[in-house]
Amino acid sequence: MTILELKQGIFKENEISADGIREEFAKAGKLMINVMSSPGSGKTTTLLRTIEGLRALDTKSSNGIIIDKPVRVGVMECDIDASVDAETIAAGGAKAIQLHTGGMCHMDAAMTRQGLDAMGIDDLDLVFIENVGNLVCPAEFDTGAAINITILSLPEGDDKPAKYPLVYQVSDVVLINKIDACEVFDFDIELARERILKLNPKAKIYCISAKNNTGFEPWLEYIREKLISAQHR
Amino acid sequence: MHELGVTFYVVKDVKKVAKENKVDKIDFVTLEIGEVSGVIHDQLIDCWNWARKKETVTESAELNIETLEAITFCEDCQAEYRTVDYGKICPYCKSENTYLLRGNEFNIKEIGVYDEDDEES
Repeated sequence: MTILELKQGIFKENEISADGIREEFAKAGKLMINVMSSPGSGKTTTLLRTIEGLRALDTKSSNGIIIDKPVRVGVMECDIDASVDAETIAAGGAKAIQLHTGGMCHMDAAMTRQGLDAMGIDDLDLVFIENVGNLVCPAEFDTGAAINITILSLPEGDDKPAKYPLVYQVSDVVLINKIDACEVFDFDIELARERILKLNPKAKIYCISAKNNTGFEPWLEYIREKLISAQHR
Repeated sequence: MHELGVTFYVVKDVKKVAKENKVDKIDFVTLEIGEVSGVIHDQLIDCWNWARKKETVTESAELNIETLEAITFCEDCQAEYRTVDYGKICPYCKSENTYLLRGNEFNIKEIGVYDEDDEES
């Protein structure tokens, strides 16, 4: 009997590819943000508002930080099937591509690479990955994005960070969405915040309503700062 | 959870290693899975038994799973304890200031090939 010893984690190759993607983005002065959440938390609407907001920021040039040329945004929509999200984003004025994960519950670095190649990033400054709606698997697979965010919407309940800790642990930013509906849902925002910070003390938490387009300023400012530091490394 | 997804990773890695070692057919694959990796063994085996048939090199390979114990470390009292028994709260000092030392692994430990006579290459 011949035994080939591997002793190798199955995520290792993915991590190497993901690091490669991150390095390329850093060298090119571009930024990639991976957006995770449950299905129906408002990822696409949040991205639409973010894209609109970034466009409006161009002319504002507040706080002495100025991005003189408009931020060019691309979005990779990742779903198991359908192309409704890419159509919505494209109608919102950003470059968009729909990726089908072929039944897979998450994006990985190889799929990110395929998506980037298919979309083309030469004319982009910022790329969003809208990951498959799922709180479990996307958290385990590094996509190669420099920044990971999770959207937590009020109807999901404030216990989600307790039930699905990993996705909140790996997120740099948590957007609490649908706060316009806080009177309808039994969601304790302070408790959610506490639970997230316990898992991940460095997480930035912003409350937004994508529907009403409110609360986006700190989130847009966060992206702007990250973009500026990516471009002026 | 994501058993099917990880199965594809295993198939890919196993294929690669087999090719590198000039092995045409594998008889078994042994995985090491941490107790709290969240992978359901039965589902993983079902996925494997479906996926292995798609590749000649893996089609007759059995999947063995070895479980690795999960251990949590308490930063307050420096104790180590079994994660599955006590979760996030330290049984010694009741602190929640703990982190997982090990137990979320998903490793391919080894790949086995039964030899036919002395047909070594």
